Amino acid sequence: MLLNINNLHVSINGKEILKGLNLRVNQGEVHAIMGPNGTGKSTLAAAITGRDGYEITQGEIWFKEELINEMLPNERANKGVFLSFQYPVEIPGVSMTNFMRTALNAKHEFEGLPIVTAGEFLKKMELKKQLVDIQAKLNNRSVNEGFSGGEKKKNEIFQMAMLEPTLAILDETDSGLDIDALKVVAKGVNALRSNDNGFVVITHYQRLLDFIIPDFVHVMYDGRIVKSGGKELAFELEEKGYDWLK
Amino acid sequence: MIGKSDMNPSEKKYSILESALRNSFESSLSRSSNELTKVTEARLLAFEAFRKTGLPGRLNEKWRNSKFDQVSEQSYEVVSSKPTYTQKVSEIFQCSIHGFTTQVEALLNGWYYTSEKQTLRTMENGVVIGSIQTAQKEVPELFERHFGKIAKYNLHGYSHINTAFFNDGLFIYVPDQVHVEESIQLIKMVNDTQKLMINSRNLVILGKNSHLSLMHCDDSVNHQSSMINTVTEIFIGENASLDLYKLQNINNHTFLINSTSVVQQRNSRLKVNVITLNGGAIRNELNVDLQGEGAEADLNGIYLMDKKQQVDNQVFVNHAVANCNSSELFKGVLDDESSAIFNGFVLVGRDAQKTNAFQRNNNILMTSTAKVDTMPFLEIYADDVKCSHGATIGQLDHDAMFYLMQRGICKRDARLLLMYAFAAEVAEKIDIQPLRVSIEDMVKKRLRGELSICEKCVLHCSTPDIPMEFEIDMSKI
Repeated sequence: MLLNINNLHVSINGKEILKGLNLRVNQGEVHAIMGPNGTGKSTLAAAITGRDGYEITQGEIWFKEELINEMLPNERANKGVFLSFQYPVEIPGVSMTNFMRTALNAKHEFEGLPIVTAGEFLKKMELKKQLVDIQAKLNNRSVNEGFSGGEKKKNEIFQMAMLEPTLAILDETDSGLDIDALKVVAKGVNALRSNDNGFVVITHYQRLLDFIIPDFVHVMYDGRIVKSGGKELAFELEEKGYDWLK
Repeated sequence: MIGKSDMNPSEKKYSILESALRNSFESSLSRSSNELTKVTEARLLAFEAFRKTGLPGRLNEKWRNSKFDQVSEQSYEVVSSKPTYTQKVSEIFQCSIHGFTTQVEALLNGWYYTSEKQTLRTMENGVVIGSIQTAQKEVPELFERHFGKIAKYNLHGYSHINTAFFNDGLFIYVPDQVHVEESIQLIKMVNDTQKLMINSRNLVILGKNSHLSLMHCDDSVNHQSSMINTVTEIFIGENASLDLYKLQNINNHTFLINSTSVVQQRNSRLKVNVITLNGGAIRNELNVDLQGEGAEADLNGIYLMDKKQQVDNQVFVNHAVANCNSSELFKGVLDDESSAIFNGFVLVGRDAQKTNAFQRNNNILMTSTAKVDTMPFLEIYADDVKCSHGATIGQLDHDAMFYLMQRGICKRDARLLLMYAFAAEVAEKIDIQPLRVSIEDMVKKRLRGELSICEKCVLHCSTPDIPMEFEIDMSKI
């Protein structure tokens, strides 16, 4: 099993946001997490990736049979957890090349592989850009600086392609995207889907799920998963809204 | 009578340094008996001024947060004798920057240091270079036209001491139309068994349409806790340009005042980059007097301090005439209990219409005990100008830290990337590419804790090569 979350309780500044959440993700599966605003979807993403300030008060997060509750964000990342940010951060002065090369080398170091040479790195960058269909010249630009909303999200998918995670969490990757950008992003995700990795796709709308077809759909409400089903659950939600589940 | 002090005012108690200076002026003056009358007069006037003002202390607004009050209770050897020449400069110093060669000029304990008999030379291109003491004898007209006339703003006790006591220094004259291809590098070595107070004086004159790039390096100081007090006067003629790089990397108990005053004529250009990597307390004064229309001054600085170090950048720009541009960008990272002071004062006179003047000072505090006092300041008397000023004091961006770590980058590297990105904005302004690469490299090493103060030092003394740690307290972020 890739991800196994048991009875997870998470607080921010003493306020409990997640109240006993359970989730299991196997290799090769795509799970969609839906639900109204303020039910804890992004908190779940933050807890899995180990963001500061999100305190796990109860429960466990297992990743590949390893308890990761206390691990640093970079350790989790190097083990294969990736988060596509809802709001990718602009980092002036840090070039995309330098950033990705540092990240890739951190992963290689963790896996005991030799560091990436400049030539290999640039080759890989070009290859992955093609895979996720990004035309933009990234090399000399600062991370996300001056990127449009669509470019930022495409850049997240590009980074995912570079780092080849086993678990990718997409936090509202569809927000702020027009339909063409959404298609590009979905195409990138689909290109990276395999039997070895799993996806958790957090979204408000069923629209994204037209392009990234999930195996399971979960509905979150008030810090818990209140309903799970197949992809048809998403259509039902689109039709009826969330009120009938409360 | 109750409350009346018994102390006679003439018995005022002076600090150790002040007493030493007061008592040694006569002997210092007698050593320089063969100087121009003008210089002797300047020394006497400056000493009188010093007797009145004394050494600046915390009561003085521009020294309020300065650590230099500690200097006054130190005992220094205030009059040093000319060191004997032992080794060729080229034997002890080779510029290690790949693809970048400089013409090296050296001062040892404030004295011009050369193997040549001639202490002032005229190069093939007409450039006159050498000891300022020789210059006042051999090119008196040129010398007198500028000496003491440029350093006239923001004078204080230490500037008076410099004029009264300076022993030697570097003189450079670039004639009209001469474009000096090779950068000139001034290395100020300090090496003595005593704790010295060094007063050296430099004069740089650029003729019309000329160009010079000058590196002013304070990075070759032995382990003694010295007090280095330098005044540099620079005249930039019409349409001439000067690139000035200052590199400062000295031990944790040396005090350095590096006071540079510049006069700029019409359409001249000045670019300054001050790179402060290490030092007990460093005060950089930069007084720029824009006297001719169309003059441009681009003043930049990076400082990376830790432990109990202090850096103080005092920048004054006088927009006296119309159509001049000035910009200031000073950025720093402060760790441990270090402190930084930035005082930027732009004065825009009544006639200085169409002035563009920008000031920015950004700081990152790594700990809760590091300290920044910043004062960007504009005083404007003209009504058609474009001026801005701003200062920030902050921490590393938490969101950016998490973003980098989520991609697998460890905390230490994430912090380095962000600190370096912050400092790089200033380093990128260095035009000479190999020099920029080398300085970027030094900044990186400094941030990684791998730069040693001995690394670029030419002294190669027996001091163990102690790496300087830019220690990072993880719990504070």
